[in-house]
Amino acid sequence: MQDGKGNADAHKRPGPFFQEQEEFQGRPQKKLHETSQDTSREVAQEVASPLLRVSHLTISFTQYERGWRQRRLTPIRNLSLELRAGEMVAVVGSSGSGKSLLAHAVMGLLPYNASWEGSISYEGQPLTERRLNKLRGRDIVLVPQSVSYLDPLMKVGEQVRKGRRDGESYSRCRSALARYGLGEETEALYPFELSGGMTRRVLIAAAVQEHPRLVIADEPTPGLHLEAAKRVMGHFREIADEGAGVLLITHDLELAVETADRIVVLYAGETLEEAQAADFRREETLRHPYSKALFRAMPGHGFQSEPGSQPYAGQMPEGCVYGPRCPLFEERCRRPVPCRSLRGGMVRCIRAE
Amino acid sequence: MMKRKARENGAASLPGFLLGKMLRMALLLLCVSAVTFALVSASPMDPLTANIGQTALGSMSQEQIQKLEEYWGVGVPAGQRFLAWASDFFRGDMGVSLLYRQPVSRILAEKLANSLWLMAAAWVLSGVLGFVLGVLAGARRGRWADRIISGYALVMASTPAFWLALVLLMVFAVWLRWLPIGLAVPIGMDAASVTVTDRLVHGILPALTLSLTGISNIALHTREKLIQVLESDYVLFARARGEGTGRILIQHGLRNILLPAMTLQFASVSEIFGGSVLVEQVFSYPGLGQAAVTAGLGGDVPLLLGITVISAAIVFAGNLAADVLYAVVDPRMKRARSGR
Repeated sequence: MQDGKGNADAHKRPGPFFQEQEEFQGRPQKKLHETSQDTSREVAQEVASPLLRVSHLTISFTQYERGWRQRRLTPIRNLSLELRAGEMVAVVGSSGSGKSLLAHAVMGLLPYNASWEGSISYEGQPLTERRLNKLRGRDIVLVPQSVSYLDPLMKVGEQVRKGRRDGESYSRCRSALARYGLGEETEALYPFELSGGMTRRVLIAAAVQEHPRLVIADEPTPGLHLEAAKRVMGHFREIADEGAGVLLITHDLELAVETADRIVVLYAGETLEEAQAADFRREETLRHPYSKALFRAMPGHGFQSEPGSQPYAGQMPEGCVYGPRCPLFEERCRRPVPCRSLRGGMVRCIRAE
Repeated sequence: MMKRKARENGAASLPGFLLGKMLRMALLLLCVSAVTFALVSASPMDPLTANIGQTALGSMSQEQIQKLEEYWGVGVPAGQRFLAWASDFFRGDMGVSLLYRQPVSRILAEKLANSLWLMAAAWVLSGVLGFVLGVLAGARRGRWADRIISGYALVMASTPAFWLALVLLMVFAVWLRWLPIGLAVPIGMDAASVTVTDRLVHGILPALTLSLTGISNIALHTREKLIQVLESDYVLFARARGEGTGRILIQHGLRNILLPAMTLQFASVSEIFGGSVLVEQVFSYPGLGQAAVTAGLGGDVPLLLGITVISAAIVFAGNLAADVLYAVVDPRMKRARSGR
């Protein structure tokens, strides 16, 4: 893949990620194969295959109701996205929209009662369990969200080194921590002795010390004050500028607009809009009513919140998931809503213009 | 707030901590002995009838009976008797056993010697095996190893110790005749010619019974804790960083279940103690448990109180050991105490 600059063009254009919903057919988990839609072939000719491609990802859980009745929940439905090297894509959604599951699915770390369909490929090849075992922690890393992701009884240094004691591990750990402004003394601390900001930096250092090619950051900013959060986002931007792909999962649209290249809006497990980050600077350039509502809810733009709440995974409305809260709702929104491209972005709304 | 509190506690050093614990123990022993005494006093048992028998009493003169009543303390108010016992105990005199007609301290020493190694063996065995089986079951959750271990543990946990003792007795002593049926030494053998092997052989079945039941509790708790650790965020992160299952188990699993396992192991002292009372009874093993039953049924208040106090002290010591070890081993508590 090219360096960050070479990609600049590539990520001006939205990806081919949203195929028509009708074409989607559930594929069993193990049979991963490349999608062969025309759109993806076209792009494949223009640029090399993307670093990460998630197509039609559907994650479902089996739950037991009152002890014996099985119920299937699908917190993520038909999600597609692409990430190129040197690019930072933010997946934005409020809590409960299924964001973290996306991260866990790519890492192959879904809980045992979850299953998924669709395909996930890395550098053009399906990301199988075997490949993942080799790539996980080296090429593909996860930056988790909180201190609970650190072993409470293990010193920071030891954890960053993964318990290794060789000289190379020591020096790599030291330089990774130093890069994020953490001194040698940090290595001797236990996780409970870290502040929130230090914890994030330790988690980032632990993940990127291996020089990964794909970084998945799961909610890296909650609980931080604005300055610290901006600094953390800056770290990810820097990682992307150095050539890695960064998939940022966040609920903070404002920070995402400032740092990411593209933004994917997730709502109740579905992608409603995908656009260049710049499109989120003005309400008029946005496509989906939900994205516009998100825009208006930002502190700088009126702080208005829309009535209603995101539907729970067990009680999805028919048709458009945003329908019940949408001011533009009409009868045909009750039917399945496909994704379509609009003004250089993608939107899952029949009324958007 | 938490940090400040930790720092304040930091001033309380280990000796201070121990002193507080000792005070608590004194209070506990006082309460335990008072309750025991109250229960014995409230029981409808008449020590004369229980120990001498209705017929024997009937053939005795009034004078003899009066002497006996005096010996067993019949008619003296309970409060007065307790105070008398307590003041003696405070001065280091545990009194004289009414049944054995020997100082309580001597009986305790003898019975404790018999019981202690039995309980220690059961304690170590159940602790080690329980931990190993629990780790195995937790790591192989849902697989056949887990099913067998969990199944065993659940069955054992719901089996009364005395019933298990009877079954083992039937199988190994009656049917197979591999092991003696009871007692601590061979029947009819001169005390001088009893060997250590004899004693060990007689202890096998009681110790086995205690361990078999003790394992289940520890195994189930360890399994549960390990599963909790393996489902934790930090294990997920370790997996995301490419650490293998074996490494995760050793690096994070054992590290995080060792402390709770330690607490559990020391807390299990009380269960082993409780179990030994029944098990010793089944095997007629002349230990502390059996002595407790005899003293209780015979109204031997000084002996019963002596046993109660000693048992409570040992159980308390077990829990205290866990507390102290926790403070020494757990880095969070260690750092809090050193005022960081």
